[in-house]
Amino acid sequence: MALATLADREVHVDEEGFMTEYDEWDEEVAKALAANIGIELTDAHWVPIRFLREDYKENGVTPTLRRVTNVGGIPTKELFAMFPKKPAKKMSYIAGVPKPAGCV
Amino acid sequence: MTTVTDTAPIPSFGDEEETDRKLVIICSKGSLDMAYPGLVLANAALGEGVEVHLFFTFWGFDMITKKTMGHLKFSPIGNPATHMPNAVMGLPGMTSFATYMMKKQIEGLEIPEVPEFLELITDAGGHLWACRMSADMMHVTEEDLYDRVEGIINASDFIEIAEGAQTLFI
Repeated sequence: MALATLADREVHVDEEGFMTEYDEWDEEVAKALAANIGIELTDAHWVPIRFLREDYKENGVTPTLRRVTNVGGIPTKELFAMFPKKPAKKMSYIAGVPKPAGCV
Repeated sequence: MTTVTDTAPIPSFGDEEETDRKLVIICSKGSLDMAYPGLVLANAALGEGVEVHLFFTFWGFDMITKKTMGHLKFSPIGNPATHMPNAVMGLPGMTSFATYMMKKQIEGLEIPEVPEFLELITDAGGHLWACRMSADMMHVTEEDLYDRVEGIINASDFIEIAEGAQTLFI
């Protein structure tokens, strides 16, 4: 784990670059993380990111793609369009939560 | 005050390398327990940005036939891994009971049933294909199949699709 500078503040990240402290996240940090992986956040992007944040806070685990679709109400196709190729990992990176642990 | 400050590492999501990784899964079984391995792996591969094709053949047709896809069963008979004697597992009603138990466990893990799983896979960009010879043998037409099956294709078509792919036979 290392301390790193993101959006002019210091945050804790793991060796891959995922944030490890839930409360160090804010929207400015999210924008910086998104920019790191070539994603510009639109209003549509914020919907799943906020869902990940809330669901993680409530349940202590990162929701899987299926849960983001079924509970969060965002169609799978849109998630793949907004976060190309690896939506589950990209969303969790930007939302400052761990990668989803489940298989499905 | 001195603090160790680094530029944060950026995870590699494989965007820079344009891979043509492809996974083909042949689904040849029609029982509940054997339907899931292919579906789980297909879904995982799609989530990793891998191109995925599922090819349904023989008993695997039950996974994509409208009439049967929501009603796959698990039979414990002849399966030593259930750790129960066949004489008991062969009693009337055991298949229904075992199926009920397995479905409950699957649901408890928040894993979708077969029809919803196929919907998820195709929404994620996966492709579904049906085997020509099985269709002919079972007198099945496209009408009978799940509407997201892209076509009934023959063995040579399949070999073309599978070019350069990692292939799994389940």
